[in-house]
Amino acid sequence: MTEEKFDAIVIGAGMSGNAAAYTMASRGLKVLQLERGEYAGSKNVQGAIMYANMLEKIIPDFRDDAPLERHLIEQRFWMMDDTSHTGMQYRSDDFNETNPNRYTIIRAQFDKWFSRKVREAGTTLLCETTVTELAHDTEGKVIGVRTDRAGDVILADVVVLAEGVNGLLGTRAGLRQTPKPETVALAVKEMHFLAEEVIDQRFGLKANEGCVIEAAGTISRNMAGLAFLYTNKESISIGIGCLVSEFAATMESPYDLLENFKNHPSVRPLIAGSEVKEYAAHLIPEGGYKAIPPLFGNGWVVVGDAAQLNNAVHREGSNLAMTSGRIAGEAIVQIKNRGKPMIKENLALYKSMLEKSFVIKDLRKYKDMPALLHTNSRNFFTTYPKLLSQAAQNFMRVDSTPKIEKERATTAAFIKARSRWGLVSDAVRFAFAWR
Amino acid sequence: MTIAVTNIRVEDKLYQNRYVVDSGRPHIKVRPHQSPSVNLYALTSVCPAKCYELNDQGQVEITTDGCMECGTCRVLCEASGEIEWNYPKGGFGVLFKFG
Repeated sequence: MTEEKFDAIVIGAGMSGNAAAYTMASRGLKVLQLERGEYAGSKNVQGAIMYANMLEKIIPDFRDDAPLERHLIEQRFWMMDDTSHTGMQYRSDDFNETNPNRYTIIRAQFDKWFSRKVREAGTTLLCETTVTELAHDTEGKVIGVRTDRAGDVILADVVVLAEGVNGLLGTRAGLRQTPKPETVALAVKEMHFLAEEVIDQRFGLKANEGCVIEAAGTISRNMAGLAFLYTNKESISIGIGCLVSEFAATMESPYDLLENFKNHPSVRPLIAGSEVKEYAAHLIPEGGYKAIPPLFGNGWVVVGDAAQLNNAVHREGSNLAMTSGRIAGEAIVQIKNRGKPMIKENLALYKSMLEKSFVIKDLRKYKDMPALLHTNSRNFFTTYPKLLSQAAQNFMRVDSTPKIEKERATTAAFIKARSRWGLVSDAVRFAFAWR
Repeated sequence: MTIAVTNIRVEDKLYQNRYVVDSGRPHIKVRPHQSPSVNLYALTSVCPAKCYELNDQGQVEITTDGCMECGTCRVLCEASGEIEWNYPKGGFGVLFKFG
C-alpha cells in the first residue's frame, strides 16, 4: 500500500464520504476510503430521514435495492407544554407517488448499502482504520494521511475530509476550529421496535407509508431544542436534542429529557409496549452559515457535517452532506481531467460550485436564525408553547364565558407574558431571520 | 392500555448497545485537577453515557466503556485542556446496529 499513490483519499464512510468516493471512483479516479468503524455505518447516527432527490443525483436507480424504511406521507409539528400539544399536521396522498420524495432510513443498514455501491464503483475501502494525522510536504500541502495501522504515509493528490461533526483531523491540522458549545446540539435517540401492523394502526398508515412528528416546547426545559419521532418499518426512532451550551448551563441530562418526552401523554401511547434495542448520541452542527469553516486548501477539501453544512431550521443534514460530497467529487474530477494540481487555487472550484447549489443558498438564507433562537430560547421554547396551549384550550372548552371575554383573556395572557413590545420584537426578529 | 415506563438508569440503556472495548487504553482522559471547571463538572450530568462521575475528593473521573463517541465532552472541555480526546483505535468503541 505504501508505494502506491491514490488520486484521492476520503476520510469517513458516512453520507458525505460515500457521495464523494462514489462520484470520483465512478468517473475513473483511483480512490481510497478510510473508515474507523468495523463497517460503514457502525459509527454513524442520524434521525433519520433521507431525501431522495439528493441521492438520485448520485445513484439514480437507488430505489431498486437501497434499504428504505417508509416513504413519508404525513408530517406533524407539535408545540408542547407539559400536558398537551398544539399541532400542525400535513398529510397528502400525493406523497404516495411512484418515486417518493422522502424516506425514513436506518443509517447502519443504509450506509452499508451505500458503501457497497461505492466499492462497486471502484473505491478501495479500508475499515477499522483510524486516520491519526494529515501528512504535509515541505510547503504545507496535504499529500496524504497517517493511520493507526503500521506503515508509512499513504499518499494522494487530494484528501477529502468527510470525518463528521466531531472530526479531529481538520481541527488538529489547524484547518478549522473545534465546534463551539453554542454551535452544536447534542441529540440522543432510542430505537423502539413494534410490529409493523401496530405502527400502521397507531399512525393511520398502510403499505410502507410513514409519518414524522417533530416537537418543540417545554420538553426541552427552556433550552433551544427539538424532539422527533420517525416511523420506520418495524421501529420508531425517537429522540431529542438541545444545544450543548445550554445543556452545560442547565446541567440537564439528555437521557432525562428523552424519558420525559417518551412519558409525555401525547407521546406515550405511540410507543407503548415497544422493545428498545439501541440508545445513541450524536452532535448536530447548528451554527449555520456563520459557522462554516474554510472549505478547501492546498491538497484538501472538507464536506458534510465536518464543514458544519447542516440546515437546522429545516432539519436537513444528510442531503447537504451527500450534495457537498458529490460536488467536491465533481470538482476534483474536473481539476484532474484538466491535468491541474490539487492546490488551493484550483480546489476553489469546489466552493464556487457549492455556492451555486441549494446548500450554501439555504444556509445563507437562515444565517441569523441560530443566534436568534439561542438568545431567545426561553420565549420560543417555553413561553410561546404554553401560551398557545392555553389559547387553544380556552378556544375549545365550551362553557358559559362569552367569546369576546375568551379572546380578551388570550390576548391578555400573551401581553402579560411577553409585553406588546416583546411580541412585536420577537415577530420582527423572527421574520428578519427567516426571510 | 398498559404503559411501559422505561427505567431511567443510563446503564440499562447502554446495555442495549454493542461495544468493543480496548481494555487498558481509554480514548479519553481527564487530566489531573484540584477542582473541576464549570464545564467539566457539567459533564457529570450532560454526558449522555454518564461516563463522567465525581469522586470522593470532588474531582471528576471518567470511565470510557459506555462512551458513544459523540464529542460533547470534547466540545465543552478540550479548549481548557482538562481532557485529552481521541477516537478509539480503528474497530474499537461503540458499534451501532441501527445508528
